[in-house]
Amino acid sequence: MTRWLPRTYLTLVYILLYVPILVLVVFSFNESRTGYAWGGLSLRWYEALFSNRAMVNAMWNSLWLALSAATVSTVIGALTALALHRYRFRGKKLLNGMLFVVMMSPEIVLAISLLALFLLVGLQLGYVSLLLAHVTFCLPFVVITVMARLSGFDESLPEAARDLGASDFTMTRTVLIPVIMPALLAGWLLGFTLSLDDVVVSTFVSGPSYEILPLRIYSMVRVGLKPEVNALGTLLLVFSLVMLMLSQWILIRSKR
Amino acid sequence: MLRGLRQPFRTGVLILVWGWLLALVLAPNLLVIGASFLTRDPGTFLSLPVTLENYRNLLDPLYLEVFLHSLYMASVTTLVCLLIGYPFAWALSRVAKDRQLLLIFLLIVPFWTNSLVRTYALKLLMATNGLINTWLMELGLIDEPLRMLYTEGAVIVGLVYLLLPFMILPLYSVFEDLKQELLLASHDLGAGRLSTFIHVIVPLTLPGVLAGVMLVLLPAMGLFFVPDILGGSRNLLVGNVIKNQFLDARNWPFGAAASIVLTLTMAFLMFAHRLSKRRIGEEGA
Repeated sequence: MTRWLPRTYLTLVYILLYVPILVLVVFSFNESRTGYAWGGLSLRWYEALFSNRAMVNAMWNSLWLALSAATVSTVIGALTALALHRYRFRGKKLLNGMLFVVMMSPEIVLAISLLALFLLVGLQLGYVSLLLAHVTFCLPFVVITVMARLSGFDESLPEAARDLGASDFTMTRTVLIPVIMPALLAGWLLGFTLSLDDVVVSTFVSGPSYEILPLRIYSMVRVGLKPEVNALGTLLLVFSLVMLMLSQWILIRSKR
Repeated sequence: MLRGLRQPFRTGVLILVWGWLLALVLAPNLLVIGASFLTRDPGTFLSLPVTLENYRNLLDPLYLEVFLHSLYMASVTTLVCLLIGYPFAWALSRVAKDRQLLLIFLLIVPFWTNSLVRTYALKLLMATNGLINTWLMELGLIDEPLRMLYTEGAVIVGLVYLLLPFMILPLYSVFEDLKQELLLASHDLGAGRLSTFIHVIVPLTLPGVLAGVMLVLLPAMGLFFVPDILGGSRNLLVGNVIKNQFLDARNWPFGAAASIVLTLTMAFLMFAHRLSKRRIGEEGA
Protein backbone atom coordinates (compact mmCIF):
# COMPACT_ATOMS: atom_id res chain seq x y z
CA MET A 1 0.00 0.00 0.00
CA THR A 2 1.12 3.56 -0.51
CA ARG A 3 3.03 4.99 2.41
CA TRP A 4 1.44 8.39 2.62
CA LEU A 5 -2.06 7.15 3.45
CA PRO A 6 -1.33 5.66 6.91
CA ARG A 7 0.89 8.62 7.72
CA THR A 8 -1.76 11.15 6.79
CA TYR A 9 -4.27 9.24 8.86
CA LEU A 10 -2.03 9.14 11.94
CA THR A 11 -1.32 12.85 11.60
CA LEU A 12 -5.01 13.64 11.27
CA VAL A 13 -5.95 11.77 14.45
CA TYR A 14 -3.11 13.41 16.37
CA ILE A 15 -4.31 16.82 15.19
CA LEU A 16 -7.82 16.04 16.43
CA LEU A 17 -6.43 14.90 19.78
CA TYR A 18 -4.34 18.00 20.26
CA VAL A 19 -6.49 20.81 18.84
CA PRO A 20 -8.69 21.16 21.96
CA ILE A 21 -5.65 21.17 24.23
CA LEU A 22 -3.82 23.73 22.11
CA VAL A 23 -6.88 25.95 22.00
CA LEU A 24 -7.09 25.78 25.77
CA VAL A 25 -3.44 26.72 26.18
CA VAL A 26 -3.60 29.57 23.67
CA PHE A 27 -6.76 31.01 25.20
CA SER A 28 -5.32 30.89 28.68
CA PHE A 29 -3.17 33.83 27.56
CA ASN A 30 -6.13 35.72 26.11
CA GLU A 31 -6.85 39.20 27.43
CA SER A 32 -10.53 39.15 26.42
CA ARG A 33 -13.13 38.07 28.93
CA THR A 34 -15.48 36.39 26.44
CA GLY A 35 -13.12 33.52 25.79
CA TYR A 36 -14.02 33.23 22.10
CA ALA A 37 -12.43 36.27 20.56
CA TRP A 38 -8.75 37.04 20.74
CA GLY A 39 -8.14 40.23 22.72
CA GLY A 40 -4.38 40.28 22.96
CA LEU A 41 -1.75 38.56 25.08
CA SER A 42 -2.22 38.67 28.83
CA LEU A 43 -1.51 36.83 32.03
CA ARG A 44 -4.63 38.13 33.78
CA TRP A 45 -6.23 34.69 34.20
CA TYR A 46 -3.14 33.34 35.87
CA GLU A 47 -3.22 36.33 38.21
CA ALA A 48 -6.90 35.77 38.88
CA LEU A 49 -6.14 32.15 39.65
CA PHE A 50 -3.46 32.86 42.20
CA SER A 51 -5.31 35.70 43.88
CA ASN A 52 -8.26 33.39 44.55
CA ARG A 53 -7.63 32.08 48.06
CA ALA A 54 -10.02 29.14 47.84
CA MET A 55 -8.39 28.09 44.58
CA VAL A 56 -4.86 28.26 45.93
CA ASN A 57 -6.02 26.35 48.98
CA ALA A 58 -7.53 23.63 46.79
CA MET A 59 -4.26 23.44 44.83
CA TRP A 60 -2.25 22.82 48.00
CA ASN A 61 -4.78 20.28 49.23
CA SER A 62 -4.62 18.40 45.93
CA LEU A 63 -0.86 18.50 45.86
CA TRP A 64 -0.57 17.20 49.40
CA LEU A 65 -3.13 14.49 48.77
CA ALA A 66 -1.34 13.36 45.59
CA LEU A 67 2.04 13.33 47.36
CA SER A 68 0.79 11.28 50.27
CA ALA A 69 -1.38 8.93 48.19
CA ALA A 70 1.50 8.26 45.79
CA THR A 71 3.91 7.58 48.64
CA VAL A 72 1.62 5.27 50.61
CA SER A 73 0.53 3.37 47.51
CA THR A 74 4.14 2.94 46.39
CA VAL A 75 5.11 1.45 49.76
CA ILE A 76 2.12 -0.88 49.99
CA GLY A 77 2.19 -1.67 46.27
CA ALA A 78 5.87 -2.57 46.36
CA LEU A 79 5.37 -4.83 49.38
CA THR A 80 2.40 -6.47 47.65
CA ALA A 81 4.47 -7.09 44.54
CA LEU A 82 7.28 -8.56 46.65
CA ALA A 83 4.85 -10.82 48.48
CA LEU A 84 3.28 -12.00 45.23
CA HIS A 85 6.67 -12.54 43.67
CA ARG A 86 8.54 -14.21 46.52
CA TYR A 87 6.12 -15.80 48.93
CA ARG A 88 3.87 -18.75 48.67
CA PHE A 89 0.76 -18.27 50.71
CA ARG A 90 -2.84 -19.23 50.74
CA GLY A 91 -5.29 -17.04 48.90
CA LYS A 92 -2.77 -15.68 46.43
CA LYS A 93 -5.36 -15.98 43.69
CA LEU A 94 -7.86 -14.02 45.74
CA LEU A 95 -5.26 -11.29 46.29
CA ASN A 96 -4.52 -11.11 42.59
CA GLY A 97 -8.23 -11.15 41.86
CA MET A 98 -8.91 -8.21 44.16
CA LEU A 99 -6.18 -6.14 42.51
CA PHE A 100 -7.61 -7.02 39.12
CA VAL A 101 -11.10 -6.03 40.23
CA VAL A 102 -9.86 -2.63 41.42
CA MET A 103 -8.15 -2.00 38.13
CA MET A 104 -10.93 -3.19 35.84
CA SER A 105 -14.11 -2.19 37.59
CA PRO A 106 -15.64 1.12 36.55
CA GLU A 107 -14.41 3.94 38.77
CA ILE A 108 -17.91 4.76 39.83
CA VAL A 109 -18.41 1.28 41.29
CA LEU A 110 -15.28 1.65 43.40
CA ALA A 111 -16.43 5.12 44.40
CA ILE A 112 -19.83 4.13 45.74
CA SER A 113 -18.49 1.03 47.51
CA LEU A 114 -15.94 3.16 49.38
CA LEU A 115 -18.49 5.84 50.19
CA ALA A 116 -20.82 3.21 51.61
CA LEU A 117 -18.01 1.78 53.72
CA PHE A 118 -16.84 5.16 55.05
CA LEU A 119 -20.33 6.28 56.00
CA LEU A 120 -21.20 2.98 57.67
CA VAL A 121 -18.08 2.90 59.82
CA GLY A 122 -18.61 6.59 60.62
CA LEU A 123 -15.44 7.94 59.04
CA GLN A 124 -15.74 11.67 58.45
CA LEU A 125 -15.32 12.47 54.77
CA GLY A 126 -12.20 14.54 54.20
CA TYR A 127 -8.48 14.04 53.87
CA VAL A 128 -8.38 10.55 55.39
CA SER A 129 -11.21 9.14 53.28
CA LEU A 130 -9.66 10.67 50.14
CA LEU A 131 -6.28 9.22 51.01
CA LEU A 132 -7.66 5.70 51.61
CA ALA A 133 -9.60 5.82 48.34
CA HIS A 134 -6.74 7.21 46.26
CA VAL A 135 -4.23 4.71 47.62
CA THR A 136 -6.67 1.91 46.80
CA PHE A 137 -7.09 2.84 43.15
CA CYS A 138 -3.38 3.58 42.66
CA LEU A 139 -2.30 0.30 44.22
CA PRO A 140 -2.74 -2.12 41.27
CA PHE A 141 -0.79 0.18 38.96
CA VAL A 142 2.16 0.24 41.33
CA VAL A 143 1.96 -3.54 41.80
CA ILE A 144 2.04 -4.12 38.03
CA THR A 145 4.94 -1.74 37.49
CA VAL A 146 7.02 -3.37 40.25
CA MET A 147 6.07 -6.93 39.24
CA ALA A 148 7.21 -6.25 35.69
CA ARG A 149 10.59 -5.21 37.04
CA LEU A 150 10.85 -8.18 39.40
CA SER A 151 9.97 -10.76 36.77
CA GLY A 152 12.94 -9.81 34.62
CA PHE A 153 15.31 -10.09 37.54
CA ASP A 154 18.03 -12.63 38.24
CA GLU A 155 16.77 -14.93 41.00
CA SER A 156 20.24 -15.98 42.06
CA LEU A 157 20.95 -12.62 43.74
CA PRO A 158 18.44 -12.92 46.58
CA GLU A 159 19.40 -16.57 46.96
CA ALA A 160 23.05 -15.58 47.30
CA ALA A 161 22.14 -12.96 49.90
CA ARG A 162 20.14 -15.58 51.76
CA ASP A 163 23.05 -18.04 51.64
CA LEU A 164 25.34 -15.39 53.06
CA GLY A 165 23.04 -15.24 56.06
CA ALA A 166 21.00 -12.11 55.31
CA SER A 167 17.54 -12.01 56.86
CA ASP A 168 14.59 -11.43 54.57
CA PHE A 169 14.37 -7.82 55.67
CA THR A 170 18.08 -7.19 55.09
CA MET A 171 17.98 -8.95 51.74
CA THR A 172 14.97 -6.84 50.68
CA ARG A 173 16.68 -3.65 51.76
CA THR A 174 20.09 -4.32 50.24
CA VAL A 175 19.28 -6.37 47.15
CA LEU A 176 15.67 -6.05 46.06
CA ILE A 177 14.99 -2.37 46.73
CA PRO A 178 17.94 -1.13 44.64
CA VAL A 179 16.82 -3.41 41.81
CA ILE A 180 13.22 -2.22 41.82
CA MET A 181 14.09 1.45 42.43
CA PRO A 182 13.26 2.61 38.88
CA ALA A 183 9.91 0.81 39.07
CA LEU A 184 9.24 2.41 42.44
CA LEU A 185 9.91 5.87 41.04
CA ALA A 186 7.79 5.22 37.96
CA GLY A 187 4.99 3.79 40.11
CA TRP A 188 5.15 6.78 42.42
CA LEU A 189 4.86 9.22 39.53
CA LEU A 190 2.00 7.20 38.08
CA GLY A 191 0.16 7.27 41.40
CA PHE A 192 0.80 10.98 41.78
CA THR A 193 -0.71 11.74 38.37
CA LEU A 194 -3.66 9.39 38.85
CA SER A 195 -4.46 10.98 42.18
CA LEU A 196 -4.14 14.52 40.88
CA ASP A 197 -6.47 13.84 37.94
CA ASP A 198 -9.14 11.78 39.63
CA VAL A 199 -12.65 13.19 39.49
CA VAL A 200 -15.06 10.29 39.82
CA VAL A 201 -13.88 8.72 43.08
CA SER A 202 -13.11 12.08 44.69
CA THR A 203 -16.61 13.38 43.97
CA PHE A 204 -17.97 10.68 46.23
CA VAL A 205 -15.50 10.48 49.09
CA SER A 206 -14.57 14.10 49.70
CA GLY A 207 -16.21 16.32 52.25
CA PRO A 208 -16.50 20.09 52.69
CA SER A 209 -13.55 20.11 55.10
CA TYR A 210 -11.02 19.29 52.40
CA GLU A 211 -11.64 20.80 48.98
CA ILE A 212 -9.45 19.52 46.16
CA LEU A 213 -8.72 20.88 42.72
CA PRO A 214 -10.71 18.58 40.40
CA LEU A 215 -13.87 19.19 42.41
CA ARG A 216 -13.30 22.92 42.34
CA ILE A 217 -12.84 22.75 38.55
CA TYR A 218 -15.97 20.61 38.30
CA SER A 219 -18.12 23.18 40.04
CA MET A 220 -16.63 25.88 37.82
CA VAL A 221 -17.12 24.24 34.43
CA ARG A 222 -20.63 22.90 34.95
CA VAL A 223 -22.13 26.26 34.12
CA GLY A 224 -20.78 28.42 31.33
CA LEU A 225 -17.19 29.08 30.42
CA LYS A 226 -14.64 30.33 32.92
CA PRO A 227 -11.38 31.72 31.48
CA GLU A 228 -9.56 30.89 34.75
CA VAL A 229 -10.09 27.22 33.94
CA ASN A 230 -7.97 27.68 30.78
CA ALA A 231 -5.09 28.94 32.88
CA LEU A 232 -5.52 26.20 35.46
CA GLY A 233 -5.79 23.54 32.76
CA THR A 234 -2.59 24.79 31.14
CA LEU A 235 -0.75 24.58 34.45
CA LEU A 236 -2.03 21.05 35.06
CA LEU A 237 -1.06 20.04 31.53
CA VAL A 238 2.50 21.27 31.96
CA PHE A 239 2.68 19.57 35.34
CA SER A 240 1.45 16.19 34.03
CA LEU A 241 3.75 16.46 31.04
CA VAL A 242 6.79 16.95 33.26
CA MET A 243 5.75 14.04 35.49
CA LEU A 244 5.14 11.75 32.53
CA MET A 245 8.43 12.61 30.87
CA LEU A 246 10.22 12.04 34.14
CA SER A 247 8.71 8.58 34.61
CA GLN A 248 9.41 7.57 31.00
CA TRP A 249 12.96 8.83 31.32
CA ILE A 250 13.50 6.80 34.48
CA LEU A 251 12.07 3.64 32.90
CA ILE A 252 14.01 3.97 29.66
CA ARG A 253 17.26 4.81 31.43
CA SER A 254 16.93 1.86 33.77
CA LYS A 255 16.58 -0.56 30.86
CA ARG A 256 20.00 0.34 29.52
CA MET B 1 16.69 -20.63 62.71
CA LEU B 2 16.90 -18.59 59.52
CA ARG B 3 13.28 -19.16 58.85
CA GLY B 4 12.41 -17.84 62.29
CA LEU B 5 14.36 -14.68 61.59
CA ARG B 6 12.63 -13.88 58.39
CA GLN B 7 9.15 -14.78 59.56
CA PRO B 8 8.27 -11.40 61.18
CA PHE B 9 8.95 -9.45 57.98
CA ARG B 10 6.92 -11.85 55.91
CA THR B 11 4.07 -11.84 58.40
CA GLY B 12 4.07 -8.06 58.61
CA VAL B 13 3.96 -7.65 54.83
CA LEU B 14 1.18 -10.18 54.40
CA ILE B 15 -0.93 -8.65 57.18
CA LEU B 16 -0.57 -5.15 55.71
CA VAL B 17 -1.40 -6.24 52.17
CA TRP B 18 -4.29 -8.49 53.11
CA GLY B 19 -5.62 -5.97 55.62
CA TRP B 20 -5.73 -3.18 53.08
CA LEU B 21 -7.35 -5.20 50.32
CA LEU B 22 -9.88 -6.95 52.52
CA ALA B 23 -10.92 -3.72 54.24
CA LEU B 24 -10.96 -1.44 51.22
CA VAL B 25 -11.77 -3.75 48.32
CA LEU B 26 -13.55 -6.89 49.44
CA ALA B 27 -15.61 -5.43 52.31
CA PRO B 28 -16.92 -2.42 50.37
CA ASN B 29 -17.82 -4.58 47.38
CA LEU B 30 -19.69 -7.07 49.56
CA LEU B 31 -21.40 -4.10 51.18
CA VAL B 32 -22.66 -2.86 47.83
CA ILE B 33 -23.90 -6.33 46.89
CA GLY B 34 -25.67 -6.55 50.24
CA ALA B 35 -27.09 -3.05 49.96
CA SER B 36 -28.65 -3.81 46.60
CA PHE B 37 -30.93 -6.35 48.28
CA LEU B 38 -31.96 -4.12 51.18
CA THR B 39 -34.57 -1.42 51.63
CA ARG B 40 -33.98 2.29 51.53
CA ASP B 41 -33.94 4.10 54.83
CA PRO B 42 -33.66 7.88 55.16
CA GLY B 43 -31.87 7.71 58.52
CA THR B 44 -29.45 4.81 58.42
CA PHE B 45 -29.30 4.55 54.60
CA LEU B 46 -30.15 0.83 54.71
CA SER B 47 -32.70 -1.31 56.48
CA LEU B 48 -34.44 -4.65 56.27
CA PRO B 49 -36.40 -6.39 54.74
CA VAL B 50 -34.38 -8.13 52.12
CA THR B 51 -35.94 -7.48 48.74
CA LEU B 52 -35.53 -7.68 44.99
CA GLU B 53 -37.42 -4.42 44.65
CA ASN B 54 -34.32 -2.43 43.64
CA TYR B 55 -33.64 -4.64 40.67
CA ARG B 56 -37.30 -4.51 39.71
CA ASN B 57 -37.16 -0.72 39.90
CA LEU B 58 -34.40 -0.75 37.32
CA LEU B 59 -37.02 -1.98 34.89
CA ASP B 60 -39.21 1.03 35.59
CA PRO B 61 -39.79 2.71 32.19
CA LEU B 62 -38.24 5.97 33.43
CA TYR B 63 -34.94 4.35 34.41
CA LEU B 64 -35.02 1.74 31.68
CA GLU B 65 -35.11 4.57 29.18
CA VAL B 66 -32.07 6.22 30.79
CA PHE B 67 -30.25 2.88 30.83
CA LEU B 68 -31.01 2.11 27.22
CA HIS B 69 -30.09 5.62 26.11
CA SER B 70 -26.86 5.38 28.10
CA LEU B 71 -26.09 1.98 26.60
CA TYR B 72 -26.84 3.38 23.16
CA MET B 73 -24.50 6.35 23.62
CA ALA B 74 -21.81 4.09 25.07
CA SER B 75 -22.16 1.66 22.15
CA VAL B 76 -21.89 4.42 19.57
CA THR B 77 -18.86 5.77 21.45
CA THR B 78 -17.27 2.33 21.40
CA LEU B 79 -18.01 1.84 17.72
CA VAL B 80 -16.57 5.24 16.80
CA CYS B 81 -13.47 4.52 18.91
CA LEU B 82 -13.09 1.17 17.15
CA LEU B 83 -13.51 2.69 13.69
CA ILE B 84 -10.94 5.37 14.43
CA GLY B 85 -8.68 3.20 16.56
CA TYR B 86 -8.38 0.04 14.46
CA PRO B 87 -6.75 1.60 11.40
CA PHE B 88 -4.83 3.91 13.71
CA ALA B 89 -3.30 1.04 15.69
CA TRP B 90 -2.54 -0.79 12.46
CA ALA B 91 -0.79 2.21 10.96
CA LEU B 92 1.04 2.84 14.23
CA SER B 93 2.41 -0.70 14.35
CA ARG B 94 3.88 -0.23 10.87
CA VAL B 95 5.83 2.92 11.75
CA ALA B 96 9.59 2.61 12.28
CA LYS B 97 10.34 1.36 15.81
CA ASP B 98 12.23 4.42 17.05
CA ARG B 99 9.36 6.68 16.06
CA GLN B 100 6.73 4.41 17.60
CA LEU B 101 7.88 5.26 21.11
CA LEU B 102 7.45 8.97 20.49
CA LEU B 103 4.04 8.45 18.88
CA ILE B 104 2.81 6.36 21.80
CA PHE B 105 4.09 8.97 24.18
CA LEU B 106 2.11 11.59 22.25
CA LEU B 107 -0.94 9.36 22.52
CA ILE B 108 -0.77 9.07 26.30
CA VAL B 109 0.05 12.70 27.03
CA PRO B 110 -3.54 13.90 26.62
CA PHE B 111 -4.78 11.02 28.70
CA TRP B 112 -2.55 12.02 31.55
CA THR B 113 -4.08 15.47 31.43
CA ASN B 114 -6.98 16.19 33.71
CA SER B 115 -10.05 14.75 31.99
CA LEU B 116 -12.32 17.51 33.30
CA VAL B 117 -10.07 20.11 31.75
CA ARG B 118 -10.10 18.25 28.44
CA THR B 119 -13.89 18.00 28.51
CA TYR B 120 -14.02 21.70 29.23
CA ALA B 121 -11.73 22.36 26.26
CA LEU B 122 -14.32 20.66 24.04
CA LYS B 123 -16.97 22.95 25.48
CA LEU B 124 -14.81 25.91 24.51
CA LEU B 125 -14.85 24.63 20.93
CA MET B 126 -18.48 23.59 20.68
CA ALA B 127 -20.35 26.38 22.49
CA THR B 128 -22.94 28.38 20.51
CA ASN B 129 -20.60 31.36 20.32
CA GLY B 130 -17.59 29.04 20.63
CA LEU B 131 -14.63 28.71 18.35
CA ILE B 132 -16.00 26.24 15.78
CA ASN B 133 -19.08 28.37 15.20
CA THR B 134 -17.04 31.56 15.08
CA TRP B 135 -14.64 30.11 12.53
CA LEU B 136 -17.37 28.59 10.38
CA MET B 137 -19.26 31.88 10.31
CA GLU B 138 -16.14 33.87 9.48
CA LEU B 139 -15.48 31.51 6.60
CA GLY B 140 -19.05 32.11 5.49
CA LEU B 141 -19.94 28.42 5.60
CA ILE B 142 -22.87 28.95 7.94
CA ASP B 143 -25.04 31.97 8.69
CA GLU B 144 -26.30 30.93 12.09
CA PRO B 145 -24.36 29.20 14.83
CA LEU B 146 -24.84 25.45 14.91
CA ARG B 147 -26.25 24.02 18.11
CA MET B 148 -23.61 21.51 19.14
CA LEU B 149 -23.50 21.72 22.91
CA TYR B 150 -26.10 19.95 25.06
CA THR B 151 -26.82 17.32 22.45
CA GLU B 152 -26.36 13.57 22.31
CA GLY B 153 -23.62 14.15 19.76
CA ALA B 154 -21.69 16.39 22.15
CA VAL B 155 -21.69 13.67 24.82
CA ILE B 156 -20.49 11.07 22.33
CA VAL B 157 -17.73 13.38 21.05
CA GLY B 158 -16.66 13.98 24.65
CA LEU B 159 -16.60 10.28 25.48
CA VAL B 160 -14.70 9.38 22.32
CA TYR B 161 -12.19 12.11 23.02
CA LEU B 162 -11.56 10.87 26.54
CA LEU B 163 -11.57 7.13 25.81
CA LEU B 164 -9.89 6.75 22.41
CA PRO B 165 -6.42 5.88 23.84
CA PHE B 166 -7.99 3.00 25.80
CA MET B 167 -9.15 1.49 22.50
CA ILE B 168 -5.92 2.15 20.63
CA LEU B 169 -3.45 0.72 23.15
CA PRO B 170 -4.76 -2.88 23.34
CA LEU B 171 -5.27 -2.89 19.56
CA TYR B 172 -1.74 -1.65 19.06
CA SER B 173 -0.40 -4.48 21.17
CA VAL B 174 -2.18 -7.17 19.11
CA PHE B 175 -1.02 -5.58 15.88
CA GLU B 176 2.49 -5.56 17.29
CA ASP B 177 2.26 -9.33 17.84
CA LEU B 178 0.78 -10.01 14.44
CA LYS B 179 3.38 -11.96 12.58
CA GLN B 180 4.24 -10.69 9.13
CA GLU B 181 4.92 -14.27 7.99
CA LEU B 182 1.27 -15.16 8.51
CA LEU B 183 0.21 -12.37 6.19
CA LEU B 184 2.80 -13.44 3.63
CA ALA B 185 1.70 -17.06 3.97
CA SER B 186 -1.89 -16.05 3.40
CA HIS B 187 -0.80 -14.08 0.35
CA ASP B 188 1.27 -17.02 -0.96
CA LEU B 189 -1.69 -19.32 -0.56
CA GLY B 190 -3.49 -17.08 -2.98
CA ALA B 191 -5.65 -15.07 -0.64
CA GLY B 192 -6.39 -11.52 -1.73
CA ARG B 193 -6.15 -8.49 0.53
CA LEU B 194 -9.78 -8.66 1.58
CA SER B 195 -9.68 -12.37 2.21
CA THR B 196 -6.47 -12.07 4.27
CA PHE B 197 -8.08 -9.30 6.26
CA ILE B 198 -11.25 -11.27 6.99
CA HIS B 199 -9.68 -14.68 7.61
CA VAL B 200 -6.33 -13.81 9.17
CA ILE B 201 -6.13 -10.28 10.50
CA VAL B 202 -9.59 -9.93 12.02
CA PRO B 203 -9.56 -13.21 13.99
CA LEU B 204 -6.02 -12.59 15.25
CA THR B 205 -6.77 -9.07 16.43
CA LEU B 206 -10.10 -10.01 18.00
CA PRO B 207 -8.76 -10.20 21.59
CA GLY B 208 -7.45 -6.66 21.18
CA VAL B 209 -10.81 -5.52 19.87
CA LEU B 210 -12.60 -7.07 22.84
CA ALA B 211 -10.11 -5.65 25.33
CA GLY B 212 -10.59 -2.23 23.77
CA VAL B 213 -14.37 -2.58 23.82
CA MET B 214 -14.17 -3.52 27.49
CA LEU B 215 -11.99 -0.54 28.34
CA VAL B 216 -14.24 1.88 26.47
CA LEU B 217 -17.80 0.63 26.85
CA LEU B 218 -17.90 0.53 30.64
CA PRO B 219 -16.30 3.88 31.42
CA ALA B 220 -18.53 5.32 28.69
CA MET B 221 -21.49 4.44 30.91
CA GLY B 222 -19.91 5.75 34.08
CA LEU B 223 -18.21 9.07 33.30
CA PHE B 224 -20.98 11.22 34.73
CA PHE B 225 -19.13 14.51 34.36
CA VAL B 226 -19.18 14.36 30.55
CA PRO B 227 -22.97 14.77 30.23
CA ASP B 228 -22.88 17.24 33.12
CA ILE B 229 -20.55 19.48 31.16
CA LEU B 230 -21.51 18.79 27.55
CA GLY B 231 -24.85 17.04 27.44
CA GLY B 232 -27.49 18.85 29.43
CA SER B 233 -30.12 17.03 31.44
CA ARG B 234 -31.52 14.86 28.67
CA ASN B 235 -28.42 12.82 27.88
CA LEU B 236 -27.70 11.07 31.14
CA LEU B 237 -25.43 8.10 31.63
CA VAL B 238 -25.86 5.21 34.06
CA GLY B 239 -23.11 6.95 36.03
CA ASN B 240 -25.33 10.00 36.49
CA VAL B 241 -28.17 7.81 37.78
CA ILE B 242 -25.88 6.06 40.28
CA LYS B 243 -24.41 9.37 41.40
CA ASN B 244 -27.82 10.97 41.85
CA GLN B 245 -29.13 8.00 43.79
CA PHE B 246 -26.16 7.97 46.11
CA LEU B 247 -25.43 11.65 46.62
CA ASP B 248 -28.75 13.43 46.06
CA ALA B 249 -31.69 11.04 46.46
CA ARG B 250 -29.85 9.06 49.15
CA ASN B 251 -31.36 5.85 47.81
CA TRP B 252 -28.41 3.53 48.33
CA PRO B 253 -30.08 0.23 47.54
CA PHE B 254 -31.19 1.42 44.13
CA GLY B 255 -27.81 3.01 43.35
CA ALA B 256 -26.14 -0.22 44.44
CA ALA B 257 -28.37 -2.33 42.21
CA ALA B 258 -27.57 -0.08 39.25
CA SER B 259 -23.84 -0.38 39.86
CA ILE B 260 -24.08 -4.16 40.14
CA VAL B 261 -25.74 -4.36 36.76
CA LEU B 262 -22.80 -2.31 35.45
CA THR B 263 -20.31 -4.68 37.10
CA LEU B 264 -22.07 -7.74 35.69
CA THR B 265 -21.83 -6.23 32.22
CA MET B 266 -18.10 -5.90 32.80
CA ALA B 267 -17.81 -9.49 34.01
CA PHE B 268 -19.64 -10.71 30.93
CA LEU B 269 -17.32 -8.78 28.61
CA MET B 270 -14.25 -10.11 30.41
CA PHE B 271 -15.55 -13.62 30.06
CA ALA B 272 -16.02 -13.12 26.31
CA HIS B 273 -12.52 -11.69 26.09
CA ARG B 274 -11.00 -14.72 27.81
CA LEU B 275 -12.94 -17.08 25.61
CA SER B 276 -11.75 -15.41 22.42
CA LYS B 277 -8.14 -15.47 23.63
CA ARG B 278 -8.33 -19.14 24.49
CA ARG B 279 -9.84 -19.97 21.11
CA ILE B 280 -6.99 -18.27 19.33
CA GLY B 281 -4.51 -20.08 21.56
CA GLU B 282 -6.06 -23.41 20.59
CA GLU B 283 -5.93 -22.66 16.91
CA GLY B 284 -2.19 -22.31 17.39
CA ALA B 285 -1.63 -18.99 15.73
